[in-house]
Amino acid sequence: MALFLVKRLITLLATLAGTSVVVFVVLEVLPGNAAQILMGPDASPEAVAALATKLGLDQPALTRYFHWIAGLLTGDLGLSYAYSSPVSELVLERLALTVPLAVLAMSLTIVLALSAGIYAAARHNKLGDVGLMGLSQIGIAIPNFWFAILLILLFSVQLKWFSAGGFPGWEEDWVDALRALILPALSLAVVQAAILARITRSAVLEVLREDFVRTARAKGASQRRVLWGHVLRNAMVPVVTVMGLQFAELLAGTIVVESVFYLPGLGRLIFQSIANRDLIVVRNCVMLLAAMVVIVNFLVDLLYAAIDPRVKASDI
Amino acid sequence: MMSLRQRALGHPSFVIGAVLSALLVLAALLSLVWTPQSPYEIDMALRLQPPDASHWLGTDPYGRDIASLLLVGARASIAVGVIAVGIGLLAGTALGLLASACRGWTEEVIMRVADFGFAFPAILSAIMLTAVFGPGMVIAIVAIGIYNIPTFARITRASANQIWGREYVLAARAAGKGAWRITIEHVLPNIASVLIVQATIRFAIAILAEAALSYLGLGTQPPQPSWGRMLAEAQTLLFQAPMLAVYPGVAIALAVLGLNLLGDGLRDLFDPKLARRR
Repeated sequence: MALFLVKRLITLLATLAGTSVVVFVVLEVLPGNAAQILMGPDASPEAVAALATKLGLDQPALTRYFHWIAGLLTGDLGLSYAYSSPVSELVLERLALTVPLAVLAMSLTIVLALSAGIYAAARHNKLGDVGLMGLSQIGIAIPNFWFAILLILLFSVQLKWFSAGGFPGWEEDWVDALRALILPALSLAVVQAAILARITRSAVLEVLREDFVRTARAKGASQRRVLWGHVLRNAMVPVVTVMGLQFAELLAGTIVVESVFYLPGLGRLIFQSIANRDLIVVRNCVMLLAAMVVIVNFLVDLLYAAIDPRVKASDI
Repeated sequence: MMSLRQRALGHPSFVIGAVLSALLVLAALLSLVWTPQSPYEIDMALRLQPPDASHWLGTDPYGRDIASLLLVGARASIAVGVIAVGIGLLAGTALGLLASACRGWTEEVIMRVADFGFAFPAILSAIMLTAVFGPGMVIAIVAIGIYNIPTFARITRASANQIWGREYVLAARAAGKGAWRITIEHVLPNIASVLIVQATIRFAIAILAEAALSYLGLGTQPPQPSWGRMLAEAQTLLFQAPMLAVYPGVAIALAVLGLNLLGDGLRDLFDPKLARRR
């Protein structure tokens, strides 16, 4: 297990290092003079030079890269040009919305997908299975931001049960804050759940054909016991793998859905920063999102080694 | 034994998918030569008109004909889908074939680089590129194309590795054929069906990504109509004209549904054993 963990940790660190290089090259080296971009084309050369010195842009790219990495590790992400406040403060403020939204959406995805997938597999080729899989096919085809708009049309415009957007903040009333995240989380979850339900169904059907399931049935185990006691754990490896990949999609989805519901999360911060040409904020936010994707996939690797010991045996 | 054509016509997913995909292509082609009205002509006197004989689905807040905008919008989806999937297919397949033919360190390096490509979903790549180069359809195509490369590389390498283990490849090696010739003459033709199925599914994903990027203002730019931007414009008028937010969404969903069903159908037709197990 220790060797497996060390190998995975080395891969994680190498991937994070590679990711940081790509983000740095694209958002720091490619644009050329970032001070010019920040100040716009009409700024005087003296003002641009002064800002470049202030931001440390007059130093070599390699020095700036290591300075940035040291800052990332110590939580010092620099100052936002547009907001005149530390980037770490801005990011933490926005993460207080984006992380709960992503976690809520993922939880909803798992609940919806596992129940639908297991139900469909247990009723293979019957009406429930065909109906659910038909629905999931439609779910996969629906863009999450359109589904979000449809939810606003139904629950905000017609029924007036939820507000059409905005976020009151956790400090005022956490129930209201949670309420503001329900429609965004649902719009993210339904589409992802449609994909995961199909994977769950296939995985459960695959395991149902195994010899040990036949043995369990021959020994008189009920359908419920076979499904929950024998099949589910064995079917979890592909399901958990897809869940990890889906978290990346979900994070990307939050960027879009935050725009639909005017939620002040990380996605909105990125767009405001692009509009403000605040590349320091964009660079740190993109790095953070990419790192979250990489770390979640690392955790998924560990998780399926825990579910299926054969994974780590073959890996070593 | 039924022919492939007979099996295709008897496969509901394939038939529905093929019809919907054909309609998507036809809409885009038709818009090149004919639209009910001009999709670019702004006429504020005609803003937010209900459907009638000259405006089948009504008009948008600028008085433009919605049916015409939808027809022309299909072009943006298809253009982005074809080019972005083309980039992923060409680069990803080449990398996957190289990894499979060389094995060892080459394979390890290519696959680790592909793994790390998964850290950048299309929207994240598009955000980075937009921050540097500004928004536009080309940026959307490049971002979605880059996002497709690791997927094609992984699938190609996995499928090609299987082919390299077959006896006819061993026979070809014994006959003195080199890795390059074996890849072109034996491996590529035998993994083509897997790549076609994957390309169809990635096409659907590219349409969704293009719509999302255009919705965010990072993709297709005005005056070129796109379904994603039509939705963004419609969202500001949800209380006055809710149907404006319905039409483009239905168009996207039908296009994606069609391509997904076509992909599923093709997979079943190419691999009947798999179809029986599903």
